[in-house]
Amino acid sequence: MKSVLKLAYKLLVNDRAKFSALLVGITFAVFLMMFVTSMFAGILNHASSTVINIGASMWVMDPGVQTIANSIGMPDYVLDAVRSMEGVNYAVPLYSGGALVKLADGTYQSVTVVGLDDTSLFGRPQLLEGKIEDIYAENGFIVVRDSEYSKLESPRMGAEFELNDHRGVIVGIASAATSGLFGIPTLYTTYERAIQYIPNPRYTISYVLVEPKSPRDIPKIKQQVAALGYIALTKDEFMTRTSDFYVYQTGVGTNILIMTLISFIVGLSISGQTFYTFILENLERFGALKAIGAKRSELVKMILFQAAFTSLTGYGLGVGLCTLLIVLAKLRLPSYAAMETYVNLLIAFLMVLVITAISSYVGVRRVLQIEPFDIFRG
Amino acid sequence: MPNVAIEAKGLTKWFGEGEAKTTALREVNLEADFGEMVYIVGPSGSGKTTLLSVLSGILKPNSGSVSVQGVDIWNLNGDELADFRLNKIGFVFQDFHLFPRLNTAENVAIPLILRKKDWDESVREAHKYLEIVGLKGRADILPIKLSGGEQQRVAIARAMIGQPDILIMDEPTASLDGDTGHAILKFVHENILSANRCIVVVTHDSRIYEYASRILNMEDGRLAGPEERAA
Repeated sequence: MKSVLKLAYKLLVNDRAKFSALLVGITFAVFLMMFVTSMFAGILNHASSTVINIGASMWVMDPGVQTIANSIGMPDYVLDAVRSMEGVNYAVPLYSGGALVKLADGTYQSVTVVGLDDTSLFGRPQLLEGKIEDIYAENGFIVVRDSEYSKLESPRMGAEFELNDHRGVIVGIASAATSGLFGIPTLYTTYERAIQYIPNPRYTISYVLVEPKSPRDIPKIKQQVAALGYIALTKDEFMTRTSDFYVYQTGVGTNILIMTLISFIVGLSISGQTFYTFILENLERFGALKAIGAKRSELVKMILFQAAFTSLTGYGLGVGLCTLLIVLAKLRLPSYAAMETYVNLLIAFLMVLVITAISSYVGVRRVLQIEPFDIFRG
Repeated sequence: MPNVAIEAKGLTKWFGEGEAKTTALREVNLEADFGEMVYIVGPSGSGKTTLLSVLSGILKPNSGSVSVQGVDIWNLNGDELADFRLNKIGFVFQDFHLFPRLNTAENVAIPLILRKKDWDESVREAHKYLEIVGLKGRADILPIKLSGGEQQRVAIARAMIGQPDILIMDEPTASLDGDTGHAILKFVHENILSANRCIVVVTHDSRIYEYASRILNMEDGRLAGPEERAA
């Protein structure tokens, strides 16, 4: 480390009380920013859980669909039409709907039932127990062992239950990459069984899952689907559409934005003010350095270093604290919807940079204004 | 090396404008040679500290010039002036202005650190200077734990570590008791003053006049006699 920066470092960290106050301010701000945005990311991730778990490249749906959870049935001819489209390798139907399961103790539990194409079982989950072909067995269902699994009384292989007055049998236990947002367990079965067991309106296909021959065919497929009066979205587009719905049409996005801004302002206030106080208390020393022969650029470097060092340390501590809290929360509540993403980390980092810039700008201005003559005058 | 260390001509400095205008220096001329310990004495508000600041490149005069070893310092730009102060001048401030969070050796090492010298090397050098000013073994403690006299010695060591040609001391005994102040100036006179160094001291402590080569009286912004030379 350059000697002048080491001098800045020592002046900063040797003042333990002030340095601790600065760190607490930044850490708290980063923690709040990270936590709020992580919750948001978690919610969005969980909201798109079925899209992630099914894993299809393209989804065809009614244009009115906003999220995976609110499908609008499509007539059978859509499936036939999509299958015959140029650029489509294959297309299968998918059913997604809600049902009530009567548990052994007589209580009811809502479930999401996903009906996979009977022929291909496309979108099948990864099984932890059982064989996928057993899904064809009479009344066969596969249960997902996620954070909601216990709500079905943690059924084992062969466990029986009642679904809309139909008998159901657990023939497999699957894992899922992501569990749902609404805390509802998921059951997989065949498409035909799903539409047979669950009362439906006239049209039963929730989505048509499409595998294009190549990524170049995607625009062509979209165009042809649009001509039918429906829309085709890639996996990422569907996830974005779902996210957009929660961000812009539910108020969640606005609330999160406000919370993030409040965290930023709190962090800026605490850190900015503490750093400014630190500079004010050391103003005489900076003046003495100026008198002895420190150049303006060196003083600026020292202050920037102090602000950056504090901010980056606080950033690390804030991220660490947030991670720790999320991990602890997930130990208690497996369905806890919070996740740290690179975007969260980047947002918090950029905000910390802004806090650093503003805090150091105020400090630099004050230090550059001090006249060494004031030191002589005492 | 020319014998004239500092030559000031026609220095005028005022603060404020209009009715608030205060003139601190009025056409001041001064010459200080190497090997001299020049005292500038006078009542409070007479312009002593302003003169010291102008001579050391800290405060720009409204008119007049200051030449140090033949270089007109007020023709230098900001960075050159900072370099001039760092390399040519050693400052001993009235209130010492030591850094309370740095230990004694680190405080002394500051001028070398500003000269971009390696930290450890600078601190090692500082130990030597602490020994010179009689503070061997006090290198690792914080200034707050030192007495006033010891703090003044640290300030002197800091001023001397860069081996400046000119040492500027502003009221060096103001924060010290009589005996300590006397001892400090005696130490400076005997150990710091040399044929290659000029020391300018601003004071109104008559108890230390005995160490002056010359005493210049300052009154109402003007340097006036009598001028005395030490025996």
